[in-house]
Amino acid sequence: MPRSDDVGAEARSPTGSSLASWRALAIIGGLVLVAGLPFVVKNFLTFQITLAVIYAIAILGLNLLTGVNGQFSLGHSAFYAIGAYTAAIMMNADIDYGWTLPAAGLACFVSGFLFGLPALRLEGIYLALATFALAVATPQLLKVNFLEDWTGGVQGISVIKPDAPFGLPLNADQWLYFFTLAVAALLYLCAANLVKSRTGRALVAIRDHPVAASAMGINVPLYKSLIFGVSALYTGVAGALGAIAIQFVAPDSFTFALAIALFVGLVVGGVGSIPGTLFGGAFVLFVPNIAEKVSKGLAGAVYGVILILLIYLMPTGVAGLVRWVAGKLVRRPAAAGDARPVASAGMSPDVKPAMELIGLEGDKSGVQAR
Amino acid sequence: MGLFLHQVLAGIATGGIYACMGLAVVMIYQAIDHLNFAQGEMAMFSTFVAWQLIQWGAPYWVAFLATVAISFAAGVAIDRIVFKPIHGAPVLSHVVVFIAMLSILNSGAGYIWDYQIKTFPSPFGSGNLFGQNLVSRHDAGMIAVTLMMLMALYFFFRHTRIGLAMRAAAASPDSARLAGIRVGWMVALGWGMAAAIGAIAGMMIAPVVFLEPNMMISILLYGFAGAVLGGLTSPGGAVLGGFAVGVIENLAATYIPGAGRELKLTIALFIIVAVLIFKPGGLFGRRVVSRV
Repeated sequence: MPRSDDVGAEARSPTGSSLASWRALAIIGGLVLVAGLPFVVKNFLTFQITLAVIYAIAILGLNLLTGVNGQFSLGHSAFYAIGAYTAAIMMNADIDYGWTLPAAGLACFVSGFLFGLPALRLEGIYLALATFALAVATPQLLKVNFLEDWTGGVQGISVIKPDAPFGLPLNADQWLYFFTLAVAALLYLCAANLVKSRTGRALVAIRDHPVAASAMGINVPLYKSLIFGVSALYTGVAGALGAIAIQFVAPDSFTFALAIALFVGLVVGGVGSIPGTLFGGAFVLFVPNIAEKVSKGLAGAVYGVILILLIYLMPTGVAGLVRWVAGKLVRRPAAAGDARPVASAGMSPDVKPAMELIGLEGDKSGVQAR
Repeated sequence: MGLFLHQVLAGIATGGIYACMGLAVVMIYQAIDHLNFAQGEMAMFSTFVAWQLIQWGAPYWVAFLATVAISFAAGVAIDRIVFKPIHGAPVLSHVVVFIAMLSILNSGAGYIWDYQIKTFPSPFGSGNLFGQNLVSRHDAGMIAVTLMMLMALYFFFRHTRIGLAMRAAAASPDSARLAGIRVGWMVALGWGMAAAIGAIAGMMIAPVVFLEPNMMISILLYGFAGAVLGGLTSPGGAVLGGFAVGVIENLAATYIPGAGRELKLTIALFIIVAVLIFKPGGLFGRRVVSRV
C-alpha cells in the first residue's frame, strides 16, 4: 500500500522548511531551558512544573482519543485514578516506583479497552454522557467498602517520594522532575509515531468518516476500543506519576473536577495538537491559581469566564494560535523573496523529520473554528 | 412483598426528583441538540433566587412565580449572550462553555449565598400522605407538579402555534427558516423554558436534599439517566424514565448486597451505559437515522 503523505507537514507550503527551522531552534532553546530549570528555580516551582508535565501526559492521552479518533471523554479522571491507585498500592507493597508505571499503564489499558467496548457504539454527546457518569461515580467506587483493604477507603494512601538513584546530586523534587520528563519524552515520541503510522491514519479516517473508513476495510470497533485503551494507558501513567509526585491518593482527588480539568486542558491546548497538550497541562495547573489570585471567593467564576473567552477568541486552542502567528511571520519574508532568516542556522536536514513528529497540522485537528 | 411495595413507592417518590430534572434535560436537548451540563447549576441558582425572595418576606407562591419568570428571562439571556456567538461551533466548544457556565454559577452561588446548607420550604407540608410512612405530602406534591408540567408541555407543543414553530425549528432549522420561523428566537425560547422548568425542579427538589451550591451534580446525573432511559427525544419518556431510575435505585439498594447507599451514583452509571448499549434511543425515543 503506497504511503500517502496524509499527516506529514512537508508538502504544505514552500515556506514549510523555514517554519521547521524556526521550530527546531525553539526546541533546542527549550531543551536547554528545561534541563537547567530545576537548578535555578525553587523546589516548589520544580514540583509544580513536574505536575504540569504530568497533566500534559494525561491530556495527551485524551488528545489521542479526541483529537485523533474523534471520541469524547469527560471521564478520564477515572483512568487517572486507576493509575494513581495502582502506583500507590504497589509502592506500599514495597515495589520499586519504576515498575508502577508499566503496571498502571497496563491496568488502565485493560480497563479503558473494556470501557471502550460498549462505548464504541456511542457517538458524540452520548459518549460524553456515559463518561460523565463514569467520572461522577469514580470517587464513590474508590470509597466502597469491600475494596477498603486495598484503597484505604476515604483515608486514601500515602506514598514516599523516591530519592535520586546512583547517588546523583539531586533532591527528590529535582529527580522526579527529570524522571517525569524522561517518561513524558518517551510517551510523546510514541504518540507522535502512532499518529504517523498506518494505525494512526486508520484512526484519523475513522474520525473523519467512519462509514468510509469501514468500507476501506478498517475494523472500526477494534480500532476505537484500542485507542480508548491506549488513551487510558497514557492517562493512567500520568496518574501513577501524579501519585508519586503528590505522595498521596484519596478518592476525593479524582472527582468530576479533575475530568473537567483534563478536558479543558485538551481544548485549551488545541484538539489534535500534540505539543499543544503541554500548554494544556500548564493551563490546568496554573490558571486556577491565577483565578484565585484575581478573586478568592469567585475563583470558579473567573475560571469560567477565562474558558468562555478562550472558546470565543481562540477556538483552535493555543496550538492553533501559535500556528496562525507562525504562519503570518514566515509567509511575509518568503513572499518578499528574502533570504530565509534561519536557513543558515545550521539545522541538519534530519531535524525536519523530528519536527514532523511533533505535530499534526491544524487542518487535521478535527475541530474547525466555526 | 410488603418490603418490595414499600421500596417501589419510596422509589417513585425519589423518582419524582429525577423526573423533574430529566424533563428539564430533555427540553434543552430538544431546543439546542446538546446536553446541557450546566442544567443542574442553573436550577440550583434559580432555587437560591427563590430562597432569597422568601427570605425577603415574599409569600411562597409569589416567590415561586417570580423565580420562574426570572429564570425564563435568564435562560433567554444566556442563549442570546453566551451561546449565540458560538452557534454552529463543534460539540466540543459547546461542552467547554457548558462547563464554564457550571463553574461560574456554582462559584457565584457560593460567593453570594455561601456554602452553608439551607432549608427550603415546601408548599405541600412535610407530613405523610395516607398516614403511613410511604409517601410524604411533599413527594406527592412534587410528583403532581411534574405531571402537570408534562401535560402543559404536551399541550403547548401539540396545540399552540408557537409550540409547532419550536418543533419545526428543532426538527429542520433550514426549512423552518424558509417558512418564516425565527429559528434563533425559538432556540432562545427553548432555553428560557428549560431554565424555567429547571427552576421549578430545583424548588421542588430543594426541600428534600437541602439547598447548597453543590446539591445538583448527582441529581443531574440521575436526571441524565432518566432522560436516557426514557429517550432523549421524548419529554414523557424522560419523566417515566426518571421514576424508573428512582425505583431501580431503591430496589438495587435493597436487594443487591453491597450496592447500598454508597454506590448510588454507580447505579446511575450502569443504567446509562446499559441503556446506551442495548437501546440507544431509550424506551420511548425516536431512533435517529442519518443518511450518509
